[in-house]
Amino acid sequence: MKNYERLIHAAVGILLVAGLSSCGNGNKNKTQEAAAKTADPDATINIGSTNPPVSLNNIAGGSSGITEALYRNVYEPLLSLEDDGRITETLSPSYEVSGDGLVYTFKIRDGVKFHDGSSLTAQDVKYSFERVLSPDSNAARKTDLAVIDHIEVPDVSTVKIYLKQRAQSFPYFATYVWILKDGTKNNEATADGTGPYRLADYQAGTSLTLERNDVYWGAKPKNKRIVFYYFANGSAETNALLSGQIDLITNIDTPEQLKSFKDNPAYTITEGKSTTKQVFAFNDRRKPFNDVRVRQALSRAVDKAALLKASWDGYGQLIGSFVPPQDPWYEDLTAVNAYDPESAKKLLAEAGYPDGFSFSLVTPSTDMHQLSAQAIKSDLAKIGVTVTIKIVDPSAWYEIVFKKKDFDATLQEHVNDRDLIWYGNPDFYWGYNNPDVQQWVRDAQSAATADEQTAVYKKIGRKIAEEAAGSWLFLYPQLRVSSSNVTGYPANGKNSTFFAAGIEKR
Amino acid sequence: MIRFLVRRLILLLLSAFAAASICFFFLRILPGDAALNLTGMEASDEQIAHARAVLGIDKPLIVQYGVWVSGILHGDFGCSYLTKLPVGAEIVRRLPVTLPLSFFAFIIASAVSVPLGILAAVKRKNAVGIGISAVSAVGVAVPSFWIGIILVWIAALRFRIFPAGGFPREGWADPVAALRSLALPVITVSTVMTAGLIRYVRSVAIDVFSQDYIRTARSLGYTAFRARIRHGLRNMAVPLLTVLGIEFTSSLLGAVVIENVFALPGLGSFLLQGVRSRDFPVVQNVIFLITLFVLVVGFCIDVLQRVIDPLIGRREANDEN
Repeated sequence: MKNYERLIHAAVGILLVAGLSSCGNGNKNKTQEAAAKTADPDATINIGSTNPPVSLNNIAGGSSGITEALYRNVYEPLLSLEDDGRITETLSPSYEVSGDGLVYTFKIRDGVKFHDGSSLTAQDVKYSFERVLSPDSNAARKTDLAVIDHIEVPDVSTVKIYLKQRAQSFPYFATYVWILKDGTKNNEATADGTGPYRLADYQAGTSLTLERNDVYWGAKPKNKRIVFYYFANGSAETNALLSGQIDLITNIDTPEQLKSFKDNPAYTITEGKSTTKQVFAFNDRRKPFNDVRVRQALSRAVDKAALLKASWDGYGQLIGSFVPPQDPWYEDLTAVNAYDPESAKKLLAEAGYPDGFSFSLVTPSTDMHQLSAQAIKSDLAKIGVTVTIKIVDPSAWYEIVFKKKDFDATLQEHVNDRDLIWYGNPDFYWGYNNPDVQQWVRDAQSAATADEQTAVYKKIGRKIAEEAAGSWLFLYPQLRVSSSNVTGYPANGKNSTFFAAGIEKR
Repeated sequence: MIRFLVRRLILLLLSAFAAASICFFFLRILPGDAALNLTGMEASDEQIAHARAVLGIDKPLIVQYGVWVSGILHGDFGCSYLTKLPVGAEIVRRLPVTLPLSFFAFIIASAVSVPLGILAAVKRKNAVGIGISAVSAVGVAVPSFWIGIILVWIAALRFRIFPAGGFPREGWADPVAALRSLALPVITVSTVMTAGLIRYVRSVAIDVFSQDYIRTARSLGYTAFRARIRHGLRNMAVPLLTVLGIEFTSSLLGAVVIENVFALPGLGSFLLQGVRSRDFPVVQNVIFLITLFVLVVGFCIDVLQRVIDPLIGRREANDEN
């Protein structure tokens, strides 16, 4: 009996020691080993994401997860948006614009093959653009691409796109159009593109596997296989990286997740340039938000710097308007309606609310929105404004706020860059209605030169900041975490893209 | 017996249908719809209307209901509003995760709790019995996801004995990997079940052991142990069977809840995704099938009870006459 007990004690002791050492010294060894080894050209990279594609059909809409998994990995555009924001030639090696800016003539690259072996032709390109514009399409930038009038195919390697009006941003919009094979249908769970990876396996909502395309026309990927694993919440995803089941998390969604990896040498955190704006939006159709002084007061009463510091611990950035720093028309407007509770009180009194007022804040149920809502509530209490937080799930938000516009104020994150146009649309959910701005948006869209366009958009950015058309709390940090033996992934991931071909594992 | 079977079967189908119908209409009270999730932030009113028409959710509720019911009667569960994939096939794809999880949890919970519960009853006046009761009382009070989180922290992150979550992409092709993935979830679900079951088994055993026939058997010269085995266990069978049946269904529900803690691609995570995105064909069919499962298990228990103890059936027949 005694012997048994001793044995058990010994076994438990060994287990304890083994377990502890794998947490303590193990990390350091791993880092050193990683530096010494060379990259494995046939590595499998396991990637964690909380953003599953809703469907593999690129016009189905519903989530940017499909872009993260497939854009440039499986499907390629004519022109690509690089991680640094440059637009480069991909399936079109060159293009010309007519003098009036209304006709874009794209050459189609020779020798490009779809994964099923058929060759890329101009007809495929025409079909792909028309598909995005079709009534069934919920594709991103459909509104912007509606500037296309019609498309012609003069020969097998030339596409002519005719616009209804001049559009300086057209090459940029074209980066959103994926080239599929002519006649592609029912591609909800399949994919046949021209990219450096082919789709090997897809389990909707669970995982998506890409394998290297050995006959790719361009540079070969530095890994053999990419597997995306989809998680319902950040904590399960965090655990998977901590326990080594995945190599990389594409996006840290909550401050809570960040804490697990900060100051830990076994992991690399990269901060890229984000375009995601956390917006505290007012319903300008309703009193008192139709009064510019009230909006300015609320905007000045929220201590955004404190909120950002408390949430993201030094990551992220303050913005004074709806323009992220990567947009060509960015300027630092953080001084406009900056934090100043005293002047906020004065403005409220001028507007006829010396004792404040109360309103309800419709808050989507994600962690970050709830944190922001709490901060807004306590800051506004200091100027006498009472906030009732009403938490709704993201689907309900669309119904209540976006569609029915039945709200006082709300919180939402806006992911896209170059999306100032929504302040020129009085029917958008926040209902900002300034005819000057509406005219300027039209001017910017049809500007003759890029400089002219930039100048007009700057004017809009400044105007909405001055009039506090919204209160832009901060720009989310774009954070990825990986095991330190994994490198070469894009840090920025503009517009949710994630080009995986450069990822190396040692 | 045949009359009983027919009556119960009809009742079962009616209940399943009623449950499904309630589920169908209550789901649609939730604000938000799948079309809005698809069209997103850029959508115009026309685009939203078009998307609703494509999904068929612009039609009157009663028409949508008719479509769904006639689909079920033909064995067609329809397609997801979002992924457009057939719901039936997607459910089948997730069963190899959820069913083994709930089955193993049930087996372990039963195997542990029946002997421990009887032991707690026999030794109810000394430290062993009191100890078992106390631990099981704590176990009942603790929420399952909390146990799951603690287990992940200790067994997966600290000691790396088991994976923290997920399920092999290849499924059961590698049984060892699949079993390892299920280990922590099974322990979690079975722990909570065991705690509840022990308390029930203990009270059933105490009840049976204090019956007159046990005393009579002892007076006939049986030892206490033999009397309990020979007469006690048999008489415990019917109440035990009932509660094990209920626990079998609750193991499935427990599995559904705990899947999200362990990132398991089973029915539970499917259901949650469906509710979040208002993907009603997913939600209503998963709930319908789970309801049907619970009812079928209940039906089987009723039948088994009558097989074990024919008196039950006769008593009911007498009541009716």
